[in-house]
Amino acid sequence: MAMKTKHTVISCQDLSIGYHSKKKTTLIAKDISFSIAEGTLVAMVGSNGIGKSTLIKTLTAMLPAISGSIQIKGKETTAYSTLERSSKLSVVLTEAPASKNLSVIELVSLGRQPHTNWMGTLSRQDKDKIHEALNDTDLTALAHRNCFELSDGQLQRAYIARALAQDTPLIILDEPTTHLDLYHRASIVKLLKKLTEEKNKTIVYSTHEIDLAIQISDKMLVMTPNQIAFDTPCNLIEQGAFDILFPNEIVVFDKKTGRFSVT
Amino acid sequence: MIIQKTYTRFFVLLCILLAILFCINISLGSVHISIQETFKSLVGTASKSSWQYIITQYRVPKAITAIITGGGLAISGLLMQTLFRNPLAGPFVLGLSSGASLGVAILILGAGALGGVLSSVLMSSWSLVIASALGSFLVLLAVLAVTFKIKDTMAILIIGLMFGSLTGAVVAVLSYFSNAEQLQQFIFWSFGSLGNQSWEGVAILSMCFFVGLIISIGSAKALNALLLGENYAKSMGLKIKNNMLLIILATSILAGGITAFVGPIAFIGLAVPHVTRQFIKTSNHFVLIPGVAISGAILMLICDTIAQLPGTQYTLPINAITSLIGAPVVIWLLTRRRKLIF
Repeated sequence: MAMKTKHTVISCQDLSIGYHSKKKTTLIAKDISFSIAEGTLVAMVGSNGIGKSTLIKTLTAMLPAISGSIQIKGKETTAYSTLERSSKLSVVLTEAPASKNLSVIELVSLGRQPHTNWMGTLSRQDKDKIHEALNDTDLTALAHRNCFELSDGQLQRAYIARALAQDTPLIILDEPTTHLDLYHRASIVKLLKKLTEEKNKTIVYSTHEIDLAIQISDKMLVMTPNQIAFDTPCNLIEQGAFDILFPNEIVVFDKKTGRFSVT
Repeated sequence: MIIQKTYTRFFVLLCILLAILFCINISLGSVHISIQETFKSLVGTASKSSWQYIITQYRVPKAITAIITGGGLAISGLLMQTLFRNPLAGPFVLGLSSGASLGVAILILGAGALGGVLSSVLMSSWSLVIASALGSFLVLLAVLAVTFKIKDTMAILIIGLMFGSLTGAVVAVLSYFSNAEQLQQFIFWSFGSLGNQSWEGVAILSMCFFVGLIISIGSAKALNALLLGENYAKSMGLKIKNNMLLIILATSILAGGITAFVGPIAFIGLAVPHVTRQFIKTSNHFVLIPGVAISGAILMLICDTIAQLPGTQYTLPINAITSLIGAPVVIWLLTRRRKLIF
């Protein structure tokens, strides 16, 4: 198969995630193992509080892992310096940027920081990357708007454009489709799909839009209290991974349509 | 498409305005000296030696002090607004000035207890600067330590306010146990005054300003990254802790050093960055830092010119004038934009 010749971008082995504090360690999820090849779109689903955000924070090295290993491009994430890691991995977080006064192009230009000198001077190449990112996210016309003037959908595209300008093989997004209507949710996910196909990016995103994720993702990571399954959406449906995603009394998964319905 | 707009014309305009205000400032005062005589004094050919003395030993140092004070406080305000992700941050609001006051109070009011030779050594300009910078540095560190625990911007302001009250109380206790002369010295310092600076004092002040300015410019890239918040900044390869420490150091040197010489000055640090953002439509700190520095200097020169009440022999406390101008500006900005954004 073609997939086998592709390089692994990020992989986890027996990863346990949670929070460390002085008094105790809170374990949130354990036995997480997966391996994601380049050019793959991976959706991470699971009910609230199952640890999606914790996993994203751990994968992006904002939070230390409790045990196990995470490798990006064959090297432990903890072995990278902050600067080295920033050329491998970019993020789109749920938190809004602290400043609301940034223009779209300023926001996107900030993504070039790992590649610029101490003054942040943009070279020809930097400018090309910025324009490419704006073009890919269809934001060229809005480049000089301020972020507080944008709609939620445009804002989300601007965050993605910033991550694209950072020019990393791997992009991790935390719930990029929340607060958006169906049309914009679909357009964001299609944009991510396009980026994996055309730019060979590896993209991992967490979401609550399970129907959409099943339709469009290459692989899915389904987090349930007892097990964490990682496979293609079709295989996961076969295995019944979605049947145990939520308690059965209110919503049930229909294998034929690939949708949840209210009982 | 232009990615980085140039602000050359704007900066040239600001510098011309600054130069004009500088000339106006030194030509006005309780003693009437004409414009021609002012310029003659500067080059050393004044008709009266007393005029020459007034201009070169009093008015010029005062004007330079005003420029450094305005510029330095404005930069420290800008740094704090970015660092604390809070449009209301500033050296006065977050208790930096109170920290500096505490340092100075301990020095002035506590020096009496040591007495004799030691107290005269302690009262040199340098020790005043160090005590004041140390005071503001400690308060800033304390506020920042709390900020790491509490991520609420409202709480940070309240904590800054509480630190202000706390240091105020300590100062009050110290005042109670000190003699009238020391108390007077401290009270006059706390009114704030740009005048009575020796050239030596101006030199020390300039040094604080340039050290602070250089560290700020060196941290500008980090400040730009911090506009997105700490997590984003880290994801873009920024060493958060080192850079934050540098920014805090710059802020303390600027706010602490200036406060040591001229006393606590309100509102410049808070208002100037907001006023500047009305004219410079960018968030790039490489443009904003020189922008707020020049705007702050201009505003301070204006405040000082008003404080002298030209034509009379009275001089108002500079702190009162900056508040009289600064507070309405902040209110005006709030009502106009409904939101202070940074």
